[in-house]
Amino acid sequence: MIRDSDRQKVFQSRLFLLVIFQAVLFTVLLCRLYYLQVMQASKYQRLADKNRISTRLIPPVRGLIYDRYGRQIAVNMQNFRVSVIAEQTSGRLLQTLQTLGQLIVLSDADIQRVLIDAKRHKSFLPIMIKENLTWEEMALVQLNAPDLPGVFVEEDLSRQYPYMDILAHVMGYVSFVSENDLRGKSDAVLEIPGFKIGKSGLEAFYEKALRGIAGTRNLEVNVVGRVVREIDAQDGLRGEDLHLTIDLDLQKHIIELMGTHTGSAVVMDIETGDILAMVSAPSFDPNLFTQGILVDDWNALLTDEKAPLNNKVISGQYSPGSTFKMIVALAALESKAVTRDEKVTCHGSISFTRGSRPLHCWKRAGHGPIAMKEAIEESCDIYFYEIARRTGVDKITEMARRFGVGEPTGIDLLGERSGLLPTRRWKEFFYQSPWMQGDTINIGIGQGYLLMTPLQLTVMTARIANFGKAIKPHLLKKRGGESVVYPEPEQISVSKSDFKLMHDAMYGVVNHVKGTAYNSRTVVRGKRVAGKTGTTQVRTISMQEREAGLIKQEDLPWRLRDHALFTGFAPAENPKYAITVVIEHGGGAATIAAPVATSIMTEVLLKYPERDKTEVLP
Amino acid sequence: MTLRSRISSRRSSSDMTFIDKLSRVSWGYVFIILLLAAIGFTVLFSASNSSMDPYVSRQIPRFLVGLAVMFVVMMVDIRFLMKFAFPVYFSALILLVAVHFFGQTGMGAQRWLNLKFFLLQPSELMRIALPLVLARIFHSASLSDSKSSLFLIFPACLIAAPLFLVLKQPDLGTALLMVFSSAVIFFMAGVQIWKFALVGISGLLSLPIVWHFLHDYQKNRVLTFLDPERDPLGAGYHIIQSKITLGSGGVFGKGFLKGTQSHLNFLPEKHTDFIFTVLAEEWGMMGSVCLLALYVLLIAYGLWIATRTTHYFGRFLAVGLTMNIFFYVFINISMVMGLVPVVGVPLPLISYGGTSLVTLMLTFGLLQNVWIHRDVPIGRKNPYDDFI
Repeated sequence: MIRDSDRQKVFQSRLFLLVIFQAVLFTVLLCRLYYLQVMQASKYQRLADKNRISTRLIPPVRGLIYDRYGRQIAVNMQNFRVSVIAEQTSGRLLQTLQTLGQLIVLSDADIQRVLIDAKRHKSFLPIMIKENLTWEEMALVQLNAPDLPGVFVEEDLSRQYPYMDILAHVMGYVSFVSENDLRGKSDAVLEIPGFKIGKSGLEAFYEKALRGIAGTRNLEVNVVGRVVREIDAQDGLRGEDLHLTIDLDLQKHIIELMGTHTGSAVVMDIETGDILAMVSAPSFDPNLFTQGILVDDWNALLTDEKAPLNNKVISGQYSPGSTFKMIVALAALESKAVTRDEKVTCHGSISFTRGSRPLHCWKRAGHGPIAMKEAIEESCDIYFYEIARRTGVDKITEMARRFGVGEPTGIDLLGERSGLLPTRRWKEFFYQSPWMQGDTINIGIGQGYLLMTPLQLTVMTARIANFGKAIKPHLLKKRGGESVVYPEPEQISVSKSDFKLMHDAMYGVVNHVKGTAYNSRTVVRGKRVAGKTGTTQVRTISMQEREAGLIKQEDLPWRLRDHALFTGFAPAENPKYAITVVIEHGGGAATIAAPVATSIMTEVLLKYPERDKTEVLP
Repeated sequence: MTLRSRISSRRSSSDMTFIDKLSRVSWGYVFIILLLAAIGFTVLFSASNSSMDPYVSRQIPRFLVGLAVMFVVMMVDIRFLMKFAFPVYFSALILLVAVHFFGQTGMGAQRWLNLKFFLLQPSELMRIALPLVLARIFHSASLSDSKSSLFLIFPACLIAAPLFLVLKQPDLGTALLMVFSSAVIFFMAGVQIWKFALVGISGLLSLPIVWHFLHDYQKNRVLTFLDPERDPLGAGYHIIQSKITLGSGGVFGKGFLKGTQSHLNFLPEKHTDFIFTVLAEEWGMMGSVCLLALYVLLIAYGLWIATRTTHYFGRFLAVGLTMNIFFYVFINISMVMGLVPVVGVPLPLISYGGTSLVTLMLTFGLLQNVWIHRDVPIGRKNPYDDFI
């Protein structure tokens, strides 16, 4: 029938269309399949791995720190921690904790905390019960393991400083990672809970070397994060051990000698730059920090007006006072403003410009006519006012710069201050006023705007003592088993005879009758100490206080009494070591700082016999 | 073929014995079904983390029941089916209404009737009943009827009623598939194409209104489809993980039982809607293409049946049911690959699920039935008439 064949035709043609339609759609499917499984395969493989692989870090063992003679001063102690996995306690978490409480000391608060944590977290995650178990407690837990399902002991390492406050400032301490520490750093190790990093001192300066590299474990996890198996593990790298130049015995001795004084002392080898001792008093116990310091302890340390947390050796900035006179002398000699034998008359006071207030010498009666060597020995201020005026500030500051004044010494510690070496341009910029002659004269006796740290003073003295080698100080002898090589120091261009004159003068300060430190003289196996005293008016570290101008002595409260300084070297004839001692509010340097310094040097001379060029200290 | 030769080659049903019918069964078709089922069990086994329980051990008996159903349906006289097309349809419709009032809610939809022994999903029944009744109508109609809009009103209503009820459940996926399968039958019956265009355009225009009526989760699904990353841990998780699973299979797959995504539970719904991804992850593109090839064979067979059948009832039924299968395959795989929004549509013979399995086997039974009875003359008005 016609209709039928029409119908037939329609059916056939439409079936054909239908087949085409399906073919197109299937092709779309195939294309998409190809796209996903071939073209994007690696991307999805990566995402699939990201899903299932969880990388855990194994914290590295921190490097140890040793003193000069191989004594361990920063160690890693075992810290036993007991934890529990809730789902392994067969639903009897509370009973298990109570059983544990019979073996070790467990407070109700601890148990409550564990129960709360257990509810909050997934049941297969470990919850810490208690840290710092004693060996006995740990053993008890292990022995009773069958009665404590789900409980297990982990060993952690925590830092300890067996010598406590003796090397606190040099060593620093480690403590928990803070928000500040994380800023800008992407190291995943820092995210490990409970990880500690160096916060101050050498622990902070050499953090990277001491830390080592974390190992990794790749774990396969399912969608809820439960570990299914370990895929592989990579060992990390133990941190580097550090061997310091510090002598622990000398350090202890100095602390004893410092007693209740507030201040600092530093002893340095003038040939190598090794720091044998660096003491800042009062000190603190760095062990307080390693497990997280208590708020009360922290506040006590912060508010203590003697600033125990400060390393005064590198961050205490003082006017050097008379200890600066050698620099002035050298500058004057070089610029020929004065000759070594030329005498200047000290009447006890002087007025440089008509009508201005007279400046005094510490010896009110005056020294009479005096030449350079005696001027240093007896610390005549008038002499130095005069030659400073003659030499001019520019030459003095230029000379000072050669000896490291106004620059950080580059010691391997954080927080070193650079002191202040004032220049014309500096004053014009900072104070918007021109340099005055009065400023120059003040520099002459090491006052005025001048600021130095005890370490800078030591470096200055060392460079005088070693005839002008621009030595730099350091604390590290060996690192990771290898000795550290330091570059050869450059030579300062000052004549050897000028240096000799300084040596002689400084010898006289301590060993001649009229020397300001005569009462502190000492002889060890025929060897003597040379040096220079300094008494300085107190300056606070901040610059703002300078704007108020010089403060009159009489107006000062007792805590702003003068500081006592001494800087020197020994043996005087064949110098090896330099020392600086600063006693804050010590009053007269000769009576306080000098004796401490010479006692320290006695110890040094006793311990370290004279060495010829070939002998090296152990 | 002339009318004469047609009549001489035909056999009436009373001529066909049981054995006759058996001999006319397309065993190739059965083989493909068995193969697909076997693949299904294998993939399900892997998706259950190498365990028979609980999915494989339940799927196998259901499949066997399905096989039995298939054979029963195959053997029934096709004219019997045609005669009962309307009753079956209306029963299904009543059940759908029943679900609306007494239905059990599960997964946010009211789809099931609890019959103590098993859960009955009337929408599944309607999947069979609707093509059946439409094929019946268009078998009796002529081409000019198909071109008459007036004539089309009645079949359209037959579609609209269950459509409305299913949409209310709400079961957007099944509703859409109903519309597509029915549209195919309309198409094959000769309805003018411009009418389809009209419906299509008005459908598009009504989208904003439809959007308004969508449930939040449905809206979510569409939005997530357009940008899975917008809710990567929530609604977008399925699709993102599905793509990761698929893609990471690569060309050769990760190996049987070695699919990390599925075994570590990163892929949700891996036994049901997303089962294809498990296969794709473990057998790679090679395996996926093989599976697709099997489905293509299955569908081609169905359409071949349609061409070789002498009566229009069989033809329409065959095309309608085959396209039904096609749409299920296409939409499931597209969904899994992120080409269409997530609608809960199972993959035939592979996904875990009892009701859809039985319905499928019913479908296969019907298709075999058409094939067996392809030469049986069915009258226009009365099925049992021996002339066309």
